[in-house]
Amino acid sequence: MPFIPHTETETKAMLDAIGVDSIEQLFDEIPSELRVDKLSKMPAALSEMEVARLMSERAEQDAHLQCFIGAGSYEHHIPAAVWEITTRGEFYSAYTPYQAEASQGTLQLLYEYQTMMAEIMAMDVSNASLYDGGSALAEAVLMAVRSQRKKTTKRILMPRAVNPNYRRTVRSIVSSQNIELIELDYDKKSGRIIIDDDMANDVSALIIPQPNFFGVIEDVDTLTDWAHENNMLVIGVVNPIAMQLLKAPGQWGSNGADIVCGEGQPLGAPLSSGGPYFGFMCCNQKFVRQMPGRIIGRTVDVEGKQGFSLTLQAREQHIRRSKATSNICTNQGLMVTAATIHMSLLGADGLARVAASCHKNTVTLVSQATQISGVSAAFNGPCFHESVLYLNRPAAEVLEELTEHGILGGYDLSQDYPELSNAIVVCVTETKTEADIIAYSTAMQSVMHDLPIASNDQ
Amino acid sequence: MLIFQHSVDQRRNPSQSPSESAGEIADISDLPLSCLRDAPPKLPAVSEMQTVRHYTQLSQKNFSIDTQFYPLGSCTMKYNPRACNKYAMLPGLLRKHPLTPAKHNQGTLTCFYELQEMLKDITGMKEVSLSPMAGAQGEFAGVAMIRAYHDARNDDVRSEILVPDAAHGTNPATAVMCGYKAREIPTDKNGDVDLDALRAAVGPQTAGIMLTNPSTLGVFERKIAEIAQIIHEAGGLLYYDGANLNAILGKVRPGDMGFDVIHMNLHKTFSTPHGGGGPGAGPVGVSERLVPYLPVPFVAYDGKSYSVVTEKERPDTIGRLSAHMGNTGVLLRAYIYARLLGADGMIRVADYATLNANYMMTRLKEKGFDMAYPERRATHEFILTLKKQAKELGVTAMDIAKRLLDYGFHAPTTYFPLLVPECFLIEPTETESQYELDAFIEAMAEILQECHRDAEMVKASPHTLPVRRLDDVRAARQLDLVWKQST
Amino acid sequence: MSDIPTQIKYTKSHEWVETLEDGNVRIGITDHAQDLLGDMVFVELPEVGDEISAGEECAVVESVKAASDVYSPLSGEVTAVNETVAEAPETVNQSPYENGWLFELKPSVNTEFDDLLDADTYNKLAEEDSH
Repeated sequence: MPFIPHTETETKAMLDAIGVDSIEQLFDEIPSELRVDKLSKMPAALSEMEVARLMSERAEQDAHLQCFIGAGSYEHHIPAAVWEITTRGEFYSAYTPYQAEASQGTLQLLYEYQTMMAEIMAMDVSNASLYDGGSALAEAVLMAVRSQRKKTTKRILMPRAVNPNYRRTVRSIVSSQNIELIELDYDKKSGRIIIDDDMANDVSALIIPQPNFFGVIEDVDTLTDWAHENNMLVIGVVNPIAMQLLKAPGQWGSNGADIVCGEGQPLGAPLSSGGPYFGFMCCNQKFVRQMPGRIIGRTVDVEGKQGFSLTLQAREQHIRRSKATSNICTNQGLMVTAATIHMSLLGADGLARVAASCHKNTVTLVSQATQISGVSAAFNGPCFHESVLYLNRPAAEVLEELTEHGILGGYDLSQDYPELSNAIVVCVTETKTEADIIAYSTAMQSVMHDLPIASNDQ
Repeated sequence: MLIFQHSVDQRRNPSQSPSESAGEIADISDLPLSCLRDAPPKLPAVSEMQTVRHYTQLSQKNFSIDTQFYPLGSCTMKYNPRACNKYAMLPGLLRKHPLTPAKHNQGTLTCFYELQEMLKDITGMKEVSLSPMAGAQGEFAGVAMIRAYHDARNDDVRSEILVPDAAHGTNPATAVMCGYKAREIPTDKNGDVDLDALRAAVGPQTAGIMLTNPSTLGVFERKIAEIAQIIHEAGGLLYYDGANLNAILGKVRPGDMGFDVIHMNLHKTFSTPHGGGGPGAGPVGVSERLVPYLPVPFVAYDGKSYSVVTEKERPDTIGRLSAHMGNTGVLLRAYIYARLLGADGMIRVADYATLNANYMMTRLKEKGFDMAYPERRATHEFILTLKKQAKELGVTAMDIAKRLLDYGFHAPTTYFPLLVPECFLIEPTETESQYELDAFIEAMAEILQECHRDAEMVKASPHTLPVRRLDDVRAARQLDLVWKQST
Repeated sequence: MSDIPTQIKYTKSHEWVETLEDGNVRIGITDHAQDLLGDMVFVELPEVGDEISAGEECAVVESVKAASDVYSPLSGEVTAVNETVAEAPETVNQSPYENGWLFELKPSVNTEFDDLLDADTYNKLAEEDSH
């Protein structure tokens, strides 16, 4: 019996102690007409050896492709120590730290995490994480609306340059709360958000992506000041690696962003088909009671010794029930454990080098690729580690052909931006060597040469 | 000590940096100065060994399943098999970008599809989506689907979700997130839903009911068929909170009980790690009428290959709850767990979880503890009430919980459900042996003696952990959420 | 046994109401309520100028273990709020009827006074509550 230690003798002794003849008798309160006695479609058990073989085979399928896709998930080097320590049983198999005295390890680590994130974002406080970048943005929208109770309407400016999957997630999560999500377009030359004074009336918040989904670096100072002049809050949705080099949200414009969130995956989480990742969220002190999710505080014990515990719990669902700030009752503890160790191992110096290397590699690839006939840079705004390339061949076919060369060449934007029909967004992180970049350009050249020019581009 | 207090300026780990340009940072001079940060963030500058040692030492301050018995009711803290972690972390799986075209990600998609099929079998539901990232998100998806169903029928007077008073706090919080009012239904003295009160509460305003069965009171809701009838006749739908699925695997299926939508907690029933508070996974299953609203993405199979179903194929979906397919790495662990157990192993989970709980309940009764529902069978968990001890000895459930930590046992869930005073919700799970259960029972008996001998000592516990009881009032009044150099 | 002064009025939801010389009323939570909630860690107050109606949630008192809405006993315009409790929430525990008051109203519906409870009635209610 997998993972059940009982011997027949023990089972018998336990049944005797209870005073029943069989285990079956313990289920006698379930109405008999509802009972089933088997699972007909579940397969039979495998041994660990068989499972190991099965999973190795599945993992090896398509394992050879070099990834040049970003679009919200980024391949970075993860030091060996990160997951060695993270998967120690004491972190891996512990519960949410409700019993603070028996959870000081996790609690102190989360306090250190909050400090690191607040420092990177130049914000006052951080929570202990949310599910992922998309759902964190949805929570930020709800938080902004709660913080702007004086507004007569609940409107949010959500630029089209925000990750399309985040926008979908926000829509799903806030749809029942009468919140109006207003789209702002982007400038077709620069790829940057266009603001419009006509849209500024009675709006709760402006979402500012940095960098945006096209990889373009936004003029965050102007956007932030414009929003604040119009009594909106500013929600930054940022890449934490980019923030090692770019101006921190707390310093945007004259007064800084009010709420900052984003995808924490670049800090130590593998790509892993999309999860588990973690969403981070930081804010100004004055909004802390509107912030959803777990928050750790430092305090002292009865002897005056430093200790850590969950705090501000009265905001949460287990106390506040229907009036809670959110129904969330976990964070992504293990992913934050990895992120904290990751940030500690790399330090500010290491993370800045990673960020700079990503940027340089991307600039290198873009300059090589745009030498190819039919390939051009879509936007003239400065980019961080992603860039949009226009192709005069059908993007889907180019990408499919590139896989024949062992390359996942980018993300086809036509799915989310019909006007960008033959455009891809490509990402180059520090994991790619000069040879990898040359291999990409070479493959692209050959694919572009072989394919007919797209009908709408002739 | 905090990691920041180990920090020394200019200490670095060159082996973790990209190696180009002989130690120089890569050129970023093409970026406009106005968009750059003026100073690097103050992260710790520590060596690799300092980091490893610091976090290893921190880990040793935690209780965990790998080190302690952890009978935390409603959390199903069973052994997390190491194989599930190792084989979910094969490099080929970790390197998969979520936007890899399905054609080039068949290996992973096969696992997800097969997991969907197994969950359908276990729950008796028509279709399953794996995407919700935790129980609370599964709940959200479930109630959002109930709403989508009523909206599609232009049935817009339904404004209430019924919730038993014993329900988990996420239930009412979720109802509100979906734009409903939560209305509480009382429990009768035997721990079942009060049917008269339920009949009085339902009406054209009823959108649905959220139920956990077995309930959070550690008993099976015997009148479930009648409840389903009352709700369905009123035009409402039934939502099943799968928190306690471990108790009924292969014994009874939510689909057969009349539920329209269910969420499962894979971090409970399928033994994926709790990780100090996540990541979890809360897949949802639906009956026929809610199929169009299922959250995307999920995996389809046409007999030849696996594909990802999105908004495009399911225009009526409630949408997406994260950027991609949820906590996929957790789903892989659950998949491996299910393959290791197989059909028979799954049924035995319910058998032995129930045996362990009933054994503990019997033995603790013998030791002089009161049960909240002494006439009922325990399911996979049961509730003990320390009301008598609190009154006679002045020792609360929290005091005894803290004293258990000194004995090397994680405390059971305390003060939940809210309607039983001074309660312990105890869930041993199937992976603990009789030996462990007996040791816990003896510790409880010994603590009871201590309460008589020296109540003050018990009230001052724990005595042997890294810290004594913490000042939560100070933590909330003088918020200290990030470390500052000067303090 | 909690302190229930006889010269002021009460509500079932554990607020007290004191009529001031100028006709405005001062509102707080009872000694019994603060005792049930435990050590206060945060108080959220309405803003001066807010129009609120009787029975409306207009403030929140929060302890480590609970957060409780304060319902306005009367309708009217908020004329003053007690900044002391916002800065030092423990004042509500230490002095629920004096320094720990929450806000003041200019009442707009005179008949609402009839719905308030006297000290005896509230005392019975609080006693039942404790059992």
